[in-house]
Amino acid sequence: MKKSFTKDQYSKYVEEVSPKSKLFTNVLKAFLVGGIICDIGQLFINLLKSKGLDSDAVSSITSIIMIFLAALLTGLNVYDEIGKFAGAGSIVPITGFANSVVSPAMEFKSEGYVLGMGAKMFIVAGPVIVYGICSSIIAGIIHYLIT
Amino acid sequence: MAEKHIGKQTVFLKNPPSIKATASFVGPKEGKGPLKNDFDYIIPDELWGEDSWEKAESKLVREVFAKVLQKAKLTNDKIDYVLAGDLLNQCIAANYGLRETEVPFFGLYGACSTMAESISIGSLVVEGGFAENIVCMTSSHFCSAEKQFRFPLELGSQRTPTAQWTVTGSGAVVLSSGGAGPYIKHITTGKIIDLGITDANNMGAAMAPAAADTIFAHFKDTGLQPDYYDLIVTGDLGKVGKQICQEILKSNGLDIESRFNDCGVMIFDAETQDTHSGGSGCACSATVLAGHIYKQLTQGNLKRVLFVATGALMSPISSQQKESIPGIAHAVAIHRTLN
Repeated sequence: MKKSFTKDQYSKYVEEVSPKSKLFTNVLKAFLVGGIICDIGQLFINLLKSKGLDSDAVSSITSIIMIFLAALLTGLNVYDEIGKFAGAGSIVPITGFANSVVSPAMEFKSEGYVLGMGAKMFIVAGPVIVYGICSSIIAGIIHYLIT
Repeated sequence: MAEKHIGKQTVFLKNPPSIKATASFVGPKEGKGPLKNDFDYIIPDELWGEDSWEKAESKLVREVFAKVLQKAKLTNDKIDYVLAGDLLNQCIAANYGLRETEVPFFGLYGACSTMAESISIGSLVVEGGFAENIVCMTSSHFCSAEKQFRFPLELGSQRTPTAQWTVTGSGAVVLSSGGAGPYIKHITTGKIIDLGITDANNMGAAMAPAAADTIFAHFKDTGLQPDYYDLIVTGDLGKVGKQICQEILKSNGLDIESRFNDCGVMIFDAETQDTHSGGSGCACSATVLAGHIYKQLTQGNLKRVLFVATGALMSPISSQQKESIPGIAHAVAIHRTLN
């Protein structure tokens, strides 16, 4: 062709013609759904406290309940629909973490329980665990040095 | 001197092979789209009785191969070659779907351009007198493609507005020497073109320059004008890529807008089916050609069609290594009659 783009020109042009995500409505939806998920967590905290459990037990049991609910909803093909609507609102809470472990586990079950489900279960959540532990070690060392 | 080669990228087929029959099966979502009445069969669900999506895709290939033979009134022993490929690693949908056919097999990989690639090579083989009947086919499956190229299906993530939806289905054509048409008269083979797009959620933009280049080369090599064709149809550029391709051609003095469409735009209703920029995958162009376009050609609503299937030639590894996405497009000119 006679007239062609350089790579820079083309990427600028593509940027211009490609439709953008709706930032404001996406942020609003994430805020609402993320808030509702936290409210549900708070509901369990209050409920468990009223049963007389100590605060350590309350936070552990609440996390377990929220993880269970997210795993169940992932298995029932519901959590991805929530995620499609809410975006980061349902990714950031602990329920999103549960979803990111259960969804590859379901997907790779067809390659067997060891090399499929077992090995691929952490393809999404794995980096979060690795870098989460790394940063907690660094934070621990800093804490040790300054106290 | 290669006398049938005209221009840099095009061949003219003196004894054009004809399309004896076509077959197309699609998934449930495609079966609710605007072209639902043009397909041979709509599978009831994504697994179609198999225990994995990959096996379901192979079953699509196997059943569509059987269907196209039945429609062409041919048996396996009358087929000289089958040319097929798909998106899965090592093309397992085609390999496993066709392993019981006992027909000589060439496996192809042209990503989503495979339908035009297989028809191109098949036409050369038939026209060259090396075969009487050839089956050209391809497949893709939304779930197996997502699994290989993107994220698990049940992961709660959002798709960007430029993302496309891989078509579940398989399409096949039988090419024969002689026959009553429609005929393959020109083949324009595309070059690999990469303008540096790295966003795997904007494949239309990655492939549009390749489509424009091949369409431009076709008209330059043949000396024809766009109004020669009733329809110029790309494979899976989607809404975004279609617009880009059209504008690149316009800036090069080629206005195809009045007869230009894209299989990815045609196969879904973007408003009601939530498919964002449109359909994609090998089966997108394959099922629209074998279903809708072939029907229009045989009914006489279309007389000449330039079918340009488009492919993005990256892999999950190349994307992770931050490589850009090379595009390709192959054009096949299909005529209802010999004139």
